[in-house]
Amino acid sequence: MTVARTGFDKVVESAAEAVADIPDGASLAVGGFGLCGNPIALIEALLAQGTTGLSVVSNNCGVDDWGLGLLLNAQRIAKMTSSYVGENKEFERQFLSGELEVELTPQGTLAEKLRAGGAGIAAFFTRTGVGTQVADGGLPRKYDGAGGVAIASPPKEVRTFATGAGPDAAEYVLEEAISTDFALVHALRGDRHGNLVFNKSARNFSPLAAMAGRVCIAQVEELVEPGEIDPDAVHLPGVYVHRVVLVGTDIEKRIERRTVAPPSEATPSGTATPGTAPSDSKEG
Amino acid sequence: MALTRQEMAARAARELTDGMYVNLGIGLPTLVPNYVPDDRHLVLQSENGILGVGPYPAEDAVDPDLINAGKETVTLLPGSSIFDSATSFGMIRGGKIDAAILGGMQVSATGDLANWMIPGKMVKGMGGAMDLVHGAGRVIVLMEHVARDGSPKILRECSLPLTGKGVVNRIITDLAVLDVTPSGLVLRELAPGVTVEEIVHHTEPEIAVELAGSPG
Repeated sequence: MTVARTGFDKVVESAAEAVADIPDGASLAVGGFGLCGNPIALIEALLAQGTTGLSVVSNNCGVDDWGLGLLLNAQRIAKMTSSYVGENKEFERQFLSGELEVELTPQGTLAEKLRAGGAGIAAFFTRTGVGTQVADGGLPRKYDGAGGVAIASPPKEVRTFATGAGPDAAEYVLEEAISTDFALVHALRGDRHGNLVFNKSARNFSPLAAMAGRVCIAQVEELVEPGEIDPDAVHLPGVYVHRVVLVGTDIEKRIERRTVAPPSEATPSGTATPGTAPSDSKEG
Repeated sequence: MALTRQEMAARAARELTDGMYVNLGIGLPTLVPNYVPDDRHLVLQSENGILGVGPYPAEDAVDPDLINAGKETVTLLPGSSIFDSATSFGMIRGGKIDAAILGGMQVSATGDLANWMIPGKMVKGMGGAMDLVHGAGRVIVLMEHVARDGSPKILRECSLPLTGKGVVNRIITDLAVLDVTPSGLVLRELAPGVTVEEIVHHTEPEIAVELAGSPG
């Protein structure tokens, strides 16, 4: 998997070129939370290229017609590792019919698994999931298509530690790091060395997904020369990024739940007061 | 009289004191800030990477790059900060968030919480709930006292798969406020017009009664 590169200039001409060597069956860590910060140009390039049998690690799986949902709908994803997948009807169909393997992972554990994967940590102990099926096993990972469970999650090691975080010793569950063949992320700004700056809550899982990938491909809205980003303002150092693709500031960004304040409450007043909260919002 | 959803949110708001960092679950807990007085300053955390979440934006200020954990467009307040998801859950697991208010399907007498999965239905995922219940300084569950069919949601043991074991501190329902203590459930408050007998009837485990006042 080599893309010709001179020195530290990591810029690749197109999304198609950037993803060209991603093979069938590859594992991918993909940044984004909901539809926020999705590397959509890279996803569309993979779709166009026909790559299939993918094992994807991402907090969510897009919606039916956007984000990772584009790859899912084309049946290019064999396995999904996520914390929440409830926004997507085709996801449900593929999961229940046994076409798709799903590893549900608590959100903080998923973030830490990706961080650990990029930071040389093989595994870590966390309280999250102790006393639940996450630690005890038995979560359905794959159905048999006839209503039964074909693959259930295995039990994990649980150990007691007194960490000083609380008054007593407590149980912690061992969670293993995630590394992937490739990472796909979206950033607001990047330089030719791959130093990245994310925008607001579009940062989310992106730096962690980037770290977990053995090859990280970043699509950026603005491409600048080395030195133009204040070193103190870099969110993800370029050492983690191998290819940079300019996609422009006019790249389409979709909103899952457009919520607005009533006109009289549109100005932040210094207190946290949502305006019109829908009552049926879904879990993160 | 059972409290309305708005009255439940208002009661939950009284749990939050000046200077708290708070994470609110989706659904009913998102209404809670509407009932926090202006002179009580809270910082809301959203686990997708925001401290200092503000109100929903004006129509012309909607930003696809600025959403909360419920995927809703939001704003940032002065003093807010942005971080990645590992840092976000680091502060949650690390005990830096003072309180979390979450919805619930079932709570047990020992503070087990089930709120993410019903076997036989499509499993959508736990999101950040399993992390929050182990990290937040105080875990408050805001839910109806009984299920739609009238069966208790506060049980000796949860029958649904757990989100966390022994994690709930306080349960606020449309009928009452109960605390989970080492010696069992303690009834602290009744909604106006609700009797102790009704709570005993609608609550499966035994409860001790130490009424502190009435909610409202």
